[in-house]
Amino acid sequence: MAKKNESLGKTLFVVITLCLVCAIVVSGAAVGLKPLQQKNAALDMQRNVLDAAGLLEPGVDVVELFNERVETKLVNLNTLEIVEQANGLGPIAYDPIAAANKPEWSTTLEKSEDVAGIGTREDVTKLYFINDEDGNLQTLVVYVRGYGLWGTMYGLLALEPDLNTVRTINFYEHSETPGLGGEIQNPRWVAQWEGKEIYGDELEEVKLDIVKNPTQENHDIDALSGATLTSNGVDNTIDFWFSEKAYRPLLEKIRKGELSNG
Amino acid sequence: MASTAKEMKEVLFGPIFANNPIALQILGICSALAVTSKMENSFVMCIALTLVTAFSNLFISLIRNHIPSSVRIIVQMTIIASLVIVVDQVLRAYAYSIAKELSVFVGLIITNCIVMGRAEAFAMKSSPGLSFLDGIGNGLGYSVVLMTVAFIRELFGSGSLFGYQVFSLASEGGWYQPIGLLLFPPSAFFIIGGFIWVLRTFRPEQVEPQD
Repeated sequence: MAKKNESLGKTLFVVITLCLVCAIVVSGAAVGLKPLQQKNAALDMQRNVLDAAGLLEPGVDVVELFNERVETKLVNLNTLEIVEQANGLGPIAYDPIAAANKPEWSTTLEKSEDVAGIGTREDVTKLYFINDEDGNLQTLVVYVRGYGLWGTMYGLLALEPDLNTVRTINFYEHSETPGLGGEIQNPRWVAQWEGKEIYGDELEEVKLDIVKNPTQENHDIDALSGATLTSNGVDNTIDFWFSEKAYRPLLEKIRKGELSNG
Repeated sequence: MASTAKEMKEVLFGPIFANNPIALQILGICSALAVTSKMENSFVMCIALTLVTAFSNLFISLIRNHIPSSVRIIVQMTIIASLVIVVDQVLRAYAYSIAKELSVFVGLIITNCIVMGRAEAFAMKSSPGLSFLDGIGNGLGYSVVLMTVAFIRELFGSGSLFGYQVFSLASEGGWYQPIGLLLFPPSAFFIIGGFIWVLRTFRPEQVEPQD
């Protein structure tokens, strides 16, 4: 019997049948579970946004609260206009981070501009407007990301209605060292961000810094001990995303109340 | 090949202490270092690995008489890889937050030496039922070591167990100063080393003869 197994025909038969069976099983699992996976990913993002806006409390219905309070808008960062769709996707489905990886949907950054070490910046970003009961802007949540020590840190930053004061920051995905750089998720460190102002009085230059021994009460955040490179990464992230290259013109426009549908 | 109850019991429980895959066979160390900083992650990893080992053993054993020996490693790899992808997909669908942290390591189950080792050493020459039990048994043996290491690392490294704070941390106003080293993978080497030492003290027959 062992001989029979070694023939070319038998070998090909076994290999091909096995590949077919495995291919069916794998694709079946991938396709069958996809809706659930996408729902999970969307739910996770909604939870992150609510968390950044300070609305997340244990036991709340994330989807309901999100739909009730959060307005999602897509804005083209080059033309500063609201777009209904980006790359064929609506505000809910569009993923700015995925778009940043596609050359045709993003802008490649020059070495000198790319302080956060991200390589490309998406053309269309996604903003989360959280309004109070009267419809006035309460919190604006924006995406930020930058290179830390080991990899890119992805965060959501929540701004007060003046679009200058930080409410909180939530790095929802990163690969920094647990216990050192990983402390960017520590609530005690994050609590320092509340009330810090990103820009100076002229609203032009980014003044917010992550430094050892903070001196400017409005702008300085105490760096993480034992995680200098992670702290620098966070500092660069803020420097980049609130610069002329990214959100500054847009925030200016929203502040003047001029952001409207293209 | 009629398998007696005694044989089945030996195949199932033998790998836990008598023939532990990590402690005696020294297989699967890589993932034992990587995922053991939190008990929750380790627990999911243990379940995933046990299922993959058990089912890959089962399927390989079922077709063992038809596998041409010239391509047997590739056939085993294909079966294992398919199972790993299925496990990863299921985790993403039902345990999203854990899957996000573990995805890389779940993928690495493919290269986990325990799975390949058991397929080649046991499933290729044993009946499907016994092979399945052997997979579960080796998975359990792996789990015992992983959970022990994770228990020590999480308790003394973060002061918590399964995410629940047990010791109040000094950084949050409590009394416990966590041992930072335990959060890094190399600490698992020391703990596994200690585990093997203790095991061999009670079971001197596992000590290798001097060269």
